[in-house]
Amino acid sequence: MISQETIRHIAKLARLEVTDAEANEFAAQLSAVFDHFQEIAQLDTAGVEPMITPSEIALYLRSDQVERQETVEDLLENAPEKSGHLFKVPPVV
Amino acid sequence: MSFDHFDAVIGLEIHAQLLTESKIFCRDSTHFGAGDNENICPVCTGMPGSLPVLNRQAVEFSIKTGLALNCDIRRQSVFARKQYFYPDLPKGYQISQYDRPLCENGHVDFLVDGQMRRVSIVRAHMEEDAGKSTHHGDYSLINLNRAGIPLLEIVSGPDLRSAREAAEYARAVRNILRYLGVCDGNLEEGSLRCDVNVSVRPKGQKELGTKVEIKNINSFRFIEKAIEYEIHRQIDCVLNREAIVQETRLYDADKNRTFTMRTKEDAHDYRYFPDPDLLPLTVEEAWIERMRATLPELPLAMATRFVRDFQLPEYDAFLLTQERELADYFERTNRACGNPKAASNWVMTEVLRNLNETGKTILEVPVPAEHLGRMIRMIDTGVISGKIAKTVFGEMWTSGQEPDAIVKDKGLVQITDVASLERVIDQTLAENAANLEAYRSGKDKLFGFFVGQVMKATKGQASPEVVNELLKKKMQR
Repeated sequence: MISQETIRHIAKLARLEVTDAEANEFAAQLSAVFDHFQEIAQLDTAGVEPMITPSEIALYLRSDQVERQETVEDLLENAPEKSGHLFKVPPVV
Repeated sequence: MSFDHFDAVIGLEIHAQLLTESKIFCRDSTHFGAGDNENICPVCTGMPGSLPVLNRQAVEFSIKTGLALNCDIRRQSVFARKQYFYPDLPKGYQISQYDRPLCENGHVDFLVDGQMRRVSIVRAHMEEDAGKSTHHGDYSLINLNRAGIPLLEIVSGPDLRSAREAAEYARAVRNILRYLGVCDGNLEEGSLRCDVNVSVRPKGQKELGTKVEIKNINSFRFIEKAIEYEIHRQIDCVLNREAIVQETRLYDADKNRTFTMRTKEDAHDYRYFPDPDLLPLTVEEAWIERMRATLPELPLAMATRFVRDFQLPEYDAFLLTQERELADYFERTNRACGNPKAASNWVMTEVLRNLNETGKTILEVPVPAEHLGRMIRMIDTGVISGKIAKTVFGEMWTSGQEPDAIVKDKGLVQITDVASLERVIDQTLAENAANLEAYRSGKDKLFGFFVGQVMKATKGQASPEVVNELLKKKMQR
């Protein structure tokens, strides 16, 4: 059973605010999900390599070349706030 | 302070910026000093729908470094997401490697005060750098030029036992990176960054003490001082029966102390998992061997060879191999003169001193190694004296002229001709009759005075050996 404290911890890591009622609700929901995985975990996987990806294609590597398609202005366009060519954000420290 | 009853246990995490042209997962330039956010694109700013594509050169630099650090190279390594929130990390996660890093199980050998030490390398993994934030009270500003610059994080085992050893290890790793040409090793500009883990335990105790991480150290000297401070602080804690808190501390160079940055309670919970945007990185045996074939001779091997083949003192050999270019310069000088010890002396004293005084690097040295070598040969064959050589060297430094031309133009050829030296000596003895008398009646020390007078009279060009010989003969009578 996933506790409310765990829910609050997960929420905090994700920077989400949860009410007591929500924490209760999610605890029940996530417990169900978790229990299902517990069930899967019962399967005997001895000798089975963990799968990183189902794809068998090799990773594509690019050559080390500089290419520029956008301007600074393009990239800053969606920023809610900026200062010169810098992104402006609420204080961090 | 009963330092004697404690052992320090130290491990280093070194972040090396790889010298690629473009970033690790996108085509932006890695050029340092570009305008604000000049080097950013949808990938490194974490725009929705953008996808990372791995830079082959970054992988090759990492493989080379792994091999130079005697690591095993994983045939299949995996990129993982390290998740945390900070405004200079646009995606909300850093792409790194977690349980399957590219390089593992290596070691580095290096010298500490003439003693060989070996430190294990637990792992070296690839990752992307974050951006840079500057804080201005009620707001912060974000520059993402650095976001996505390729890094190799080199993690040592907890094998280091003193601050000095830790600093020497860091220097050895920096030298290796620079020899390989994969990182410029500039601590001040942040292209090499060092985090240190320190704990103490009573001598003889097996279990490790609580470890503290120190960040923000930007010089080798500070690595040493920060660790020194931290060891003392922790021993004090133990002796005063205070608990050592597992935490991250920052080093303040001005105050020469460390202070708490964050404690374990607010430590990050990174929730790593394989990045679904990147397939596992497969490195074939043939690729590893191709990379191995490109490895240059590394500093320790080179220093060992200098000691073995040239009979150089260990000190000389290690000083000369600190920089690959300096070692090359010495080798070329030596080839031109065939006198390793003299070549080493000239490089370590005159060359390094002049570079130091003029603020130049060995790449900008105005005297070609071949010229220095030829000048040393002129000393060895008696054409010029060692004293005159200093003048010739100074002239080569300022004019860039060849030593032969300088000696010829300035008439600096050593006087070995007995007849002309005898004339000078006779005159000197005549002018200093009283001193000569004193010498003959037992004041042996005056011999040096006469040598000096003759050298002075010949403007330092007389061959000291010939002068010595002639003076001895003449002064006896």
